[in-house]
Amino acid sequence: MPKNNGSEIILKGIGGSPGICIGKAYLVDSEGVKVVPKYYIADSAIENEINRFKAAVKKSNDEIKEIIDNTPEEYRQRTQILETHTILMKDKMLYGRILDTIGNERVNAEWALKKTVAYVKPMFESMTDSYLRERADDIVQISERIMKNLMGAEQIDIGKIDKRVILVAHDLSPAETSQIQLERIKGFVTDRGGKDSHTAIIARSLAIPAVLGLAKATTVIRNDDIIIVDGTTGTVVVNPTEKTLMSAEERRSRYETYKADIARQSHLPACTLDEHRLPVLGNIELPEEVVSVIDNGGEGIGLVRTEFLYLSRRNFPGEEELLERLKDIIEVMPHQPVTIRTLDINGDKIVSYTGDRNELNPALGLRAIRYCLRKPDVFKTQLRAILRAGTYGDVRVMFPMISGLEEVRQAKAQLAEAAASLESDGLAHQRNMPVGVMLEVPSAVMAADHIAEEVDFFSIGTNDLIQYSLAIDRGNCRVAHLYQPLHPAILRMLKQICDVTRAADIKVAMCGEMAGDPFYVPLLLGLGIDELSMNPPSIPAVKSMIRAVALEDCKALAHDVFQLKTAAEINLLVKERFGAVLAQHLYSDIPDTGNANRPEGNG
Amino acid sequence: MTLSRHLTITNELGLHARSAAKIVAATRAAKGGVWIEKDGERADATSVIDLLALSCGKGTRITLRIDNLSDSEIMDKIEELVNNGFGE
Repeated sequence: MPKNNGSEIILKGIGGSPGICIGKAYLVDSEGVKVVPKYYIADSAIENEINRFKAAVKKSNDEIKEIIDNTPEEYRQRTQILETHTILMKDKMLYGRILDTIGNERVNAEWALKKTVAYVKPMFESMTDSYLRERADDIVQISERIMKNLMGAEQIDIGKIDKRVILVAHDLSPAETSQIQLERIKGFVTDRGGKDSHTAIIARSLAIPAVLGLAKATTVIRNDDIIIVDGTTGTVVVNPTEKTLMSAEERRSRYETYKADIARQSHLPACTLDEHRLPVLGNIELPEEVVSVIDNGGEGIGLVRTEFLYLSRRNFPGEEELLERLKDIIEVMPHQPVTIRTLDINGDKIVSYTGDRNELNPALGLRAIRYCLRKPDVFKTQLRAILRAGTYGDVRVMFPMISGLEEVRQAKAQLAEAAASLESDGLAHQRNMPVGVMLEVPSAVMAADHIAEEVDFFSIGTNDLIQYSLAIDRGNCRVAHLYQPLHPAILRMLKQICDVTRAADIKVAMCGEMAGDPFYVPLLLGLGIDELSMNPPSIPAVKSMIRAVALEDCKALAHDVFQLKTAAEINLLVKERFGAVLAQHLYSDIPDTGNANRPEGNG
Repeated sequence: MTLSRHLTITNELGLHARSAAKIVAATRAAKGGVWIEKDGERADATSVIDLLALSCGKGTRITLRIDNLSDSEIMDKIEELVNNGFGE
């Protein structure tokens, strides 16, 4: 571990949110209060320190008693936990030990409390009995209460930070991040967490830089140290030299200019240097996100996930309710394409009311179109709502998890039935709504020529396609590094799909994560993907990348990659051909390998 | 010179915070050490936290030990608490 003696230290972590910030470090410890001070006290002051601690405990005890007394009789059951707190607070393992620590080690009461809690808490945490394990939380809560009373007015909690600082923490829980006045924070640095952690998501949504997974940040960085956080490269510099500071400041201002630049241009269509236009759309999960699509310059919605309408409720939504929610989205974008994906419920989004048993392997289980074909009433209700919503804009319908032609025919038959029933009910709906399928199961890719005869468009879901093709569970950290979008087999599949759609004269879109990463833009352009759809915040950078390349060069790349046999070689070729453009347009490290888990770098 | 008795925890919840607190309350006037042992591990019966950390569920066999013979009344009291399932 590097020692912090005031000289420059460079720490390498995971880039959680891009951007650069320079500022003072503000350490927050894991309990969410300001770092506890430690100082030694004179012999003559020990008694005073002990009395200070006793007063804080008494005050804490009185507070709890007051809460209990003010709780109506019928809720007294709930105050049992607080009664336990009053007992534990005076326990000799806590109370006695803290007094001993103050006396024997001649330290301040805050430090003695922190040290004792650090000793007692793990005794419970390691227990197998869940009741006893939860007592660790009691210990933490008690200590927080006493600490608050010890530090008095000087105590600064996370919710009251009012300086423009960079937050340095071991980890930040959702509860803690929700207390922070985030507009005050310049950046985040944490010991734990990764690219997909809660903190990273918050930081990205606020567009403030974050570096996570630094392991020793809270032990190396001291309060008020000047630090540089580069969330793009995943680097933190502690005590930077004058020279480092100047160059960071320069990169910061370049990044800000770049961000302002791409945002300004994002509402314009994206054309390559040789005038080839590639539409860039947004994916949405919640109706509210449609605003983010427009703000970021999305030219429509390439994927409306409909699961949110079905989650966390007791019964299936009715047709009218589904229609209303879809209208909310479409009416904001009446003149641009909106592609609605039918229900893709799977193992990790279990709907409680279906009463279905947990599956051992949900990714390969009864989900998406398989589930819908099994539950025609649920499916028909959704299809009727989508067809009716079609009268409000430019709506398309898309079926997920198609594995072969039969499923396409069955789903289309249901759609036709839904349309016929609307017709006989005399309800307005869109006739001849374009129908597409998600290509995310390898068998559907191999049979794409047959499927193309039955549909109006394809949309490639790269996340699942790569996962199923390479037999890699991305959620499993032991194999996640093997997830390679540039695997030659994946590129062959993409080429095969593009060849089929060209021959059949139908459109092919891509809506997986690969579509939202500027790094893959040249290759996707070269292969002949007709449309990209992504999470809204990725739109500006992807558009900016499209404008920086020539279709001719992309086609040459897409031709030459098939001479190569490994993802690493392909990755190298992309960097060779487009490295300069990428460096200019991403402000990030260019990845070294062909796998998508490029945590150090663009997010 | 210590005195010991073997007991079995009979209440449903085992030695949890409230039952442990009752034992601690019973030891308040103890003149010497009062200990509860389980599988060779020993907890200070005057500390709820220490008793909890011993992790005694229902059916756990424990040994109650006092260091000072004049604390035998306390020993009786704890034995009664344990055998009555702490009145739960």
